[in-house]
Amino acid sequence: MTTKDDYKNEVEIEWCPGCGNFGILTSVKNALSELDIPPHKVLMVSGIGQSGKLPHYLRCNVFNGLHGRTLPTATGAKISNHDLNVIAVGGDGDMYGEGGNHFVHAIRRNPDITVIVHDNQIYGLTKGQASPTSDIGMKTKVQKHGVMHTPFNSLATAISLDCTFVSRGFAGDVKHLSGLIKQAIEHKGLSLVDILQPCVTFNRLNTFKWYKERVYKLEETGYKPDDKTRAFEKSMEWGDNIPIGVFYRKDDKPTFEDKLPVLDSAPLINLGTDPSMVDELMEEFMSATNR
Amino acid sequence: MSVDFNIKVGGEAGQGLQTIGQILSKTFLRGGFHVFGTQFYLSRIRGGHNYYQARISDNPIKAITEDVNLLIALDKASIDKHFDELSGGVVLVDKDKVKVDNDDKSIFHVPFTKIAEDVGGKIYTNTVAVGAALGLLCYNFDMLKEVLNDTFSKKGDEIVNKNIEAASSGYNYAQENYEGKCHYELESPGSSQKRMLITGNEAVALGALASGIKFISAYPMTPSTGVLNYIAANADRFGVVAEQAEDEISALNMSIGASFAGARSMVTTSGGGFSLMVEAVGLSGITETPVVIFLGQRPGPATGLPTMTEQGDLEFVLHAAQGEFPRCVFAPKTPEDAFYLTSKAFNMADKYQTPAFIMSDQYLADSEFTCEKFDASKISIERHLLTESNEAEQDKEYKRYKFTSSGISPRALPGQFSSLVVADSDEHDEYGHIDQTIDNRIKINEKRLNKLEGLKMEMSEPEIYGSDSADITLIGWGSTYGTLTETVDILRNKGVDINLVQFNEVYPLPESVKNILNKACSSDLICVENNATGQFSRVLKVETGVSVTGHVLKYDGKPFTPRYIIHELESKGVLQ
Repeated sequence: MTTKDDYKNEVEIEWCPGCGNFGILTSVKNALSELDIPPHKVLMVSGIGQSGKLPHYLRCNVFNGLHGRTLPTATGAKISNHDLNVIAVGGDGDMYGEGGNHFVHAIRRNPDITVIVHDNQIYGLTKGQASPTSDIGMKTKVQKHGVMHTPFNSLATAISLDCTFVSRGFAGDVKHLSGLIKQAIEHKGLSLVDILQPCVTFNRLNTFKWYKERVYKLEETGYKPDDKTRAFEKSMEWGDNIPIGVFYRKDDKPTFEDKLPVLDSAPLINLGTDPSMVDELMEEFMSATNR
Repeated sequence: MSVDFNIKVGGEAGQGLQTIGQILSKTFLRGGFHVFGTQFYLSRIRGGHNYYQARISDNPIKAITEDVNLLIALDKASIDKHFDELSGGVVLVDKDKVKVDNDDKSIFHVPFTKIAEDVGGKIYTNTVAVGAALGLLCYNFDMLKEVLNDTFSKKGDEIVNKNIEAASSGYNYAQENYEGKCHYELESPGSSQKRMLITGNEAVALGALASGIKFISAYPMTPSTGVLNYIAANADRFGVVAEQAEDEISALNMSIGASFAGARSMVTTSGGGFSLMVEAVGLSGITETPVVIFLGQRPGPATGLPTMTEQGDLEFVLHAAQGEFPRCVFAPKTPEDAFYLTSKAFNMADKYQTPAFIMSDQYLADSEFTCEKFDASKISIERHLLTESNEAEQDKEYKRYKFTSSGISPRALPGQFSSLVVADSDEHDEYGHIDQTIDNRIKINEKRLNKLEGLKMEMSEPEIYGSDSADITLIGWGSTYGTLTETVDILRNKGVDINLVQFNEVYPLPESVKNILNKACSSDLICVENNATGQFSRVLKVETGVSVTGHVLKYDGKPFTPRYIIHELESKGVLQ
């Protein structure tokens, strides 16, 4: 039986007091322990930013890689050993800015990994520049005249790419978020959990209070996440009312691993090699077989 | 008298030059000849002027040559550009299709297209040309029949028979219409030894498959793509996953992820793609995750000359990524060397937990060499992983980056034991967790760099070719080996006191290199490189203190020939 304590790491946590990240950390621990997954069967892959530190505050296997490159690394690890529960963690800069191209293509590949995005609509580690999800008009040190560019709508993008689990949580509602992460981990295929995460130091616009006044739970409105068009419509809703919960899910789509016949018998790392097998190939270079 | 015969096939992209060239090469290979095929192509799918060149000999062939004995001209440019290269040879051309201004008697008209149409359609034109070429050489037609049979058997008997008929018609036409019947008589030496006709790229791929590669991710880029293609084609059979990444950044990060979780992993690219991989090279360095990087060089900067050759990326590879960490670089001399060095690259990457590079170039990547079969029994797969039997060695809390005198920390894989594996691109402590303290930084940085000392001991010494000591010593690295050995052979036959020191493991250099060079060279030390600034000579100077006395350089996108090198040595006064 795995408990929350199994995931507890006694280290100094370097986040600002009151940071939305704490709620995410607790929710991840809740989800993993409630699913009874032992820490050594979990691999968390993170990028750079305050979010990238999250795996260090847990006890599990960790690969804290490069800014923006979380998804390729996580995909490679999952293909290499699909017995691991692979969770990719990053921020909005990580996943949607620097790693935007990978976000698109990871969804297309659909490996069975969980993607957790700490979306605070600001760059925290570099002290307060706009992120790809910052609202238009937000003034920062760099965006002197306010953000000019259309915010990146990750949920709509994911739905349009037929991502098989698209959800949004709120760091201020740990119970709800824990449930979402649990569902995301259990889901077969790439599952996205975009998390509204207040940055208490640099984002004076999208505060706890700001989010709290706006969020509402989709499941409480009778919403069913089984229709792509409806999900797409919901993903566009932003402003006075912000939906959280599962927007879209699809349970019968084969994962990347499912589509690789070499993984049928065992994880890739357990497949042996016999060097003499190349003898047969070398014969082909001796005859005139078309290659 | 030994045979040294050169056939050039010229035409536009899309005319099937490579098919003609390969059928010819295989036909001569089957007869027991050594064959060396090179191709010169432009970065386009249709049009332009491309050519394929096959050198045929009863002795092993090491290089290409400028001489042409038989030119098959499928376009006008073939005659315009290559007529002067003929040394008493013949041009085979279909004057019905190609306008020929030249009325030299070496031009021999064969109506390829008309003959093909009589057999069954224009599609057989190239086979007619192959038949005519072999007819002109009075070469054993049965050999061609066998090759055509192998080449087209998948397409059914009718296609095979039509091709044989087309080839035979071309063959007979040449025999009946060429004045004096045979221009050259190429009699098969016959040989009980079966040999391979194989490119450098295919040899790297075979080496990787034999070495237990499990994962390859790449974005296609000339001239490296052949490695990806070949591994992907055999992936199911060998239990490999080959994934085409959205870009090279993804490719290397994906391979590093796969390697971290335990699969032997590799990426393939060329200079432009490698530029995108640079940050992840450092990721491999600091997280100490093994990965093999295959780099097929072509002339840069930026897009450069996509389909041509150069050795211009050595210093880039040595310095790629910020910070300091160990790496090793291999530069195969030949396909055979590429096969074994690929295996060594995987073993070194695993043992020293670093990126290991295999540097090739378009010349080695695409050229077809005649080789004896490689010996797969010489391949050993050395993973250097903590296994269950030595799990006891692990600390209660596993230290991924445990301090050791060699700098090598015992490597466990995530999910294999109850111990947790933590890796970080931030500076980290022995456990792999972020650590920004100064004392730790110094210690762990030294730990990583210490691995370089061990790596140095693993690197093989350069090969000395010719006499142990000579007045003139040529230095080369990588793919120039064949050309340089032939150059040395030619000059030694003329009485020149010359030898060659060829490097195929170019970084880190073993300690003994300085002594080897001092012993090998008594006067002129000339570094021969396919680049403009002599990059390897600078590496040599920095690593060993040895200065070369001169350079022979080439950066026109084409490989060296012995004639070019000898001419350069003469014009620089090295050869009197």
